[in-house]
Amino acid sequence: MTLTLDLAKRKERSPFIVQTVFLGVGLACLLLAPLFFYPVFLMKLLCFALFACAFNLLLGYTGLLSFGHAAFFGGAAYFTAHAVKEWGVPPELGILVGVFGAALLGAVIGFFAIRRQGIYFAMITLALAQMFYFFCLQSGFTRGEDGIQSVPRGHLLGVIDLLQPTNMYYFVLTVFVIGIAIIWRIINSPFGMVLKSIRENETRAVSLGYSVRNYKLAAFVMSAALTGLAGGLKALVFQFATLTDVSWQMSGEVILMTLLGGIGTLIGPIFGAGLVVTLQNYLATSEFPVTIITGVVFMVCVLLFRRGIVGEFYNSRLGRKLGFEHRHKH
Amino acid sequence: MTMIFGIPLQAFLGQLLIGLINGSFYALLSLGLAIIFGLLRVINFAHGAQYMLGAFIAWLLLSYLGIGYWPALILAPLLVGLIGAAIERTMLRQLYSLDPLYGLLFTFGLALTVEGTFRYLYGASGQPYATPALLAGGANLGFMFLPIYRGWVIVFSLIVCLGTWLVIEKTKLGSYLRAATENPVLVQSFGINVPFLLTLTYGLGAALAALAGVLAAPIYQVSPLMGSNIIIVVFAVVVVGGMGSIMGAIVTGYLLGVAEGLTKVFYPEASNIVIFVIMAIVLLLRPAGLFGRDA
Repeated sequence: MTLTLDLAKRKERSPFIVQTVFLGVGLACLLLAPLFFYPVFLMKLLCFALFACAFNLLLGYTGLLSFGHAAFFGGAAYFTAHAVKEWGVPPELGILVGVFGAALLGAVIGFFAIRRQGIYFAMITLALAQMFYFFCLQSGFTRGEDGIQSVPRGHLLGVIDLLQPTNMYYFVLTVFVIGIAIIWRIINSPFGMVLKSIRENETRAVSLGYSVRNYKLAAFVMSAALTGLAGGLKALVFQFATLTDVSWQMSGEVILMTLLGGIGTLIGPIFGAGLVVTLQNYLATSEFPVTIITGVVFMVCVLLFRRGIVGEFYNSRLGRKLGFEHRHKH
Repeated sequence: MTMIFGIPLQAFLGQLLIGLINGSFYALLSLGLAIIFGLLRVINFAHGAQYMLGAFIAWLLLSYLGIGYWPALILAPLLVGLIGAAIERTMLRQLYSLDPLYGLLFTFGLALTVEGTFRYLYGASGQPYATPALLAGGANLGFMFLPIYRGWVIVFSLIVCLGTWLVIEKTKLGSYLRAATENPVLVQSFGINVPFLLTLTYGLGAALAALAGVLAAPIYQVSPLMGSNIIIVVFAVVVVGGMGSIMGAIVTGYLLGVAEGLTKVFYPEASNIVIFVIMAIVLLLRPAGLFGRDA
């Protein structure tokens, strides 16, 4: 009796220790990274990692495949860029404008999209995001093909000069950590449990008395808002907002990052984003188009590698020994 | 000059014609999507790429082998259909037991690969494709000037759509297809080769897309991007029509094409997005789609 209890206790504790160690090592790497890598590259990576994690909140934990997340990412980039450049607001407020804009856009698109399920949901989000793309192409404030250029980074809280790459990097890192912490909190809350139950068996969740529609819409808006956080941040990092970020290719890219890293794992999309961004950086100088590689990786992932990098690790013998559990239907 | 709703009749009819032509392509493409989805439960994101491939094969046949429009109208769909069947046999087949979203993602990757390859080889700009001599020129209908080729596209696509509908609704093969859509296990137990039917269906759907591509080649420029530009609109068409019925897909295709054309007359700024707006309205009023059976 005592033995089994003891075993159960140890089993419970060991993943916690392992996870804390992993978390500590990861954070230390991120803190020290600017010593070894080009800061803009790192900041780009963090923005896309946050984007992919926010997207995964919807795909991995609610089971909804949105093919239109570029609207929130690029939309927020436009909103933040506009607020900072034209209204002259400080950067932290500019990012909030992006977040709220994206959440609002998410509420509208989500309202229509949750009326259908599965494959139709994906097509509707794609179509509505494309509509937003045409809106951005034609409306005045986005400056059409040129985009919003030379966006000032400004001073954080009026003191810290964000034009300084190191300052900017640690600002981006802080926002990134806050974003991931929010996602972690959502996933591990009672609300997150309901989302997972919708993912596993929607009919059952309805019969248990949950208003699935409201939960889906809430998850959609949260995912959109967090995507907006990443988009607004990206506008400040690169100091411009363009049509690339609202195009359907961007929606596809974030799906790839999530799939590659591991759908339904908290940190998988971070690795997926890291790989894709590194690959893009590597190929940026060559003439070979990234699209071909992206497409092939997509096909290979879907055919052979549906758990993604982190999912495969969790499922491997080592991962299981370390106490990671990964239960996600494939 | 005759006016209709305050618009010159000529402009009105001109846009109506363009709407009908776009509608022909929407109908052909959404028809193929609906057939594939009906049996395979896969949304074929590569449909746009297969449409582009059809146009490109016609262009390649003409530029490198001197093979003209008429043979291309048969050769290109045949080739793309075979490629499609091979892809279904070797790869797509493994995904049937999984969540349908994986089929969408796989075909999305396929579309990116094909599009990227052609962009790499031939650049992003379009290549012109000459109208076949037999259909060159135009006819004066009295109230408007009709380029013969455009009339041909409308008539021919209607024939293809109705022909496909007849095959599915009235022939023995069609009855097998419909039965397999309802209950594949039962149909298989009657000794019908369902896996072969699936391959055939995907090949047929891809061939239809390629046929639309060849038809489009003389009207639009042959460009690697032509597929992805149209596929998103076709998705919206499919959401509006619902994929439950073949005839529904055809009718919705033409209707939305015309709606888009007419918007160009009355409010040109919105012509890009009118189909998406209609989609949103239909979702509000009739979430299952105009002809849809299930949500």
